[in-house]
Amino acid sequence: MRDGRLYLDGVSVVFDGFRALNNLSLIVEPGELRAIIGPNGAGKTTMMDIITGKTRPTAGTVSFGDRDLTRLDEATIANLGIGRKFQKPTVFDALTVFENLELALKAPRDPWSCLRWRLSGTARRCIEAVLEEIGLAERADHRAAILSHGQRQWLEIGMLLMQDPKLLLVDEPVAGMTDQETEHTAALLRRIAGSRSVVVVEHDLEFVRALGEKVTVLCEGSVLSEGSIDHVQNDPRVVDVYLGR
Amino acid sequence: MSASITLGGRLRPAPGTILRGLLLAGLALLALLPVLNRLPPDAALYVSDFVVAVSGKWICYAILALAIDLAWGYAGILSLGHGAFFALGGYAIGMHLMRLIGPRGVYGHPVLPDFMVFLGYTELPWYWQGFQFFPFAFAMALIVPGVLAGVLGWLAFRSRITGVYLSIITQAMTYALMLAFFRNDMGFGGNNGFTDFKELLGMPLNTAGARAALFYAALASLGASLLLCRHITKSKLGRVLVAVRDAESRVRFLGYDTTAVKLSVFVLSAMLAGLAGALYVPLIGIINPGEFSPGNSIEAVVWVAVGGRGTLVGALLGAFSVNAIKTWLTSFAPDLWLFVLGGLFVAVTLLLPRGIVGLLQKGPGR
Ligand SMILES: Nc1ncnc2c1ncn2[C@@H]1O[C@H](COP(=O)(O)OP(=O)(O)OP(=O)(O)O)[C@@H](O)[C@H]1O
Ligand SMILES: [Mg+2]
Repeated sequence: MRDGRLYLDGVSVVFDGFRALNNLSLIVEPGELRAIIGPNGAGKTTMMDIITGKTRPTAGTVSFGDRDLTRLDEATIANLGIGRKFQKPTVFDALTVFENLELALKAPRDPWSCLRWRLSGTARRCIEAVLEEIGLAERADHRAAILSHGQRQWLEIGMLLMQDPKLLLVDEPVAGMTDQETEHTAALLRRIAGSRSVVVVEHDLEFVRALGEKVTVLCEGSVLSEGSIDHVQNDPRVVDVYLGR
Repeated sequence: MSASITLGGRLRPAPGTILRGLLLAGLALLALLPVLNRLPPDAALYVSDFVVAVSGKWICYAILALAIDLAWGYAGILSLGHGAFFALGGYAIGMHLMRLIGPRGVYGHPVLPDFMVFLGYTELPWYWQGFQFFPFAFAMALIVPGVLAGVLGWLAFRSRITGVYLSIITQAMTYALMLAFFRNDMGFGGNNGFTDFKELLGMPLNTAGARAALFYAALASLGASLLLCRHITKSKLGRVLVAVRDAESRVRFLGYDTTAVKLSVFVLSAMLAGLAGALYVPLIGIINPGEFSPGNSIEAVVWVAVGGRGTLVGALLGAFSVNAIKTWLTSFAPDLWLFVLGGLFVAVTLLLPRGIVGLLQKGPGR
């Protein structure tokens, strides 16, 4: 199997009899940027929980490259190169923006190495480059607690970048953002894809259009439609359950 | 990273310069006490034996407070059983002190401590071997609490037991140990514990010189513990701890093994508590199962809460100030103490979530 290919086949998740994912199959190729849309409760976040080891599937195959993700814990999966931005942005409020990125920076993660850690020039430049990329260079020494909602989202994306992941899972990055911030975020994600795969979950169709890539529509835990944004927007089933509301 | 305040609210005011000054002045003052104790009793600056003894005790408590703060204030692990680690450290040194009594006991047995002769032991239990050597006993004072914390922490953290459940488990641990140590057949002196110590490291214990030496050993250990904790909290590991405290699952998704992180800090914290106990017992001359009582552990947590958890100075400040109040209060109204302690905890939780340090700093810090 190819390196860095995300492969979900026949995945189901049942919570107390409720099927959050129902025989879901999805392949994301290395370097691909994929948008995932779907109504509330479609199972988008649950899908990310499955990939990152937070939730175990009731049935089905989940693999990344040749690794079976259903057997690994969160930290191991993260270290395989799968980074995640949560729907609700969680950055570390007590730390500065710079320190948040430093924690995410790819480096040995055991307690002893963390104790011995010294910020090298290369590491500093790496963090500064990401600070520029996410537009937070001015805020480097501020505690994350004071960031605006949009800035927190970017900081989370920045933390993903620091991990130098092969696959980024981004859950609703533009919720609550202004139009301008949304555009900025779309551009940021487009820049990131290419060298790595990116899966973006989003409700905002303008944003998905701005990404300009393949779209998967999820509904009731399985794939309803897949293709370009124009294709799915004209798919009558999609219009029915999602866009038509 | 400068501490200047810019528009847009760089929210960290030049922190702790006053506090650091206060801390250094306090430590310097403590270092003077045994010297002032040697002055003639009618000298203006004379310090009584009582003050030296009480301060020595508080220094040990301050180390315990640091240990709790490292685990709770930084890593969010609220242990209500640190008194057990403290007591185990104390028992380890206590065993050494008992072995050093030798034939000077009431029964004059060459090897067996009095309580064993009394209970009809004919030979030393296997786990008392080696304690005649100070380095062994001292190592055990750190290793036994460390291993216990390691096993307990590994079981708990691996199963992702956190918060109040973890607190209850640690509280149950100290309670169970208390019941165990009360038993005569455990071989630790039952409810009388150990006392009547004669000497340590060739020094007779009931002299002013020995008291001063033990006092300085405790003070030096406090300084070393403070530097060690500071080294950790200022490192990236310290920032990982804070991150684990505030959002553990997020840290896991960043690829950190939070079980290992928490386990390492919990074990270290238990060893520090053991060190505190090991310094405490020769100073006060007795150890008994009462040291395991659940209330002790809770009281130590209150020190940290009052001083301000998440800052090392806060832990020290809390240990000294709460114990000062306790010593003062118990001199005329001992029955009131538990109410005051409870009241303090409620008041601090509701009114001063960042403790005395927060009050002094005025502004959000770590
Ligand atoms: N741990 C859980 N236990 C029980 N039900 C759950 C759990 N997690 C998710 N669900 C349910 O699974 C369904 C899918 O949830 P999910 O969060 O994946 O939806 P989503 O597509 O991300 O929705 P949204 O657009 O609102 O974020 C929902 O009905 C939700 O209530
Ligand atoms: Mg969701």
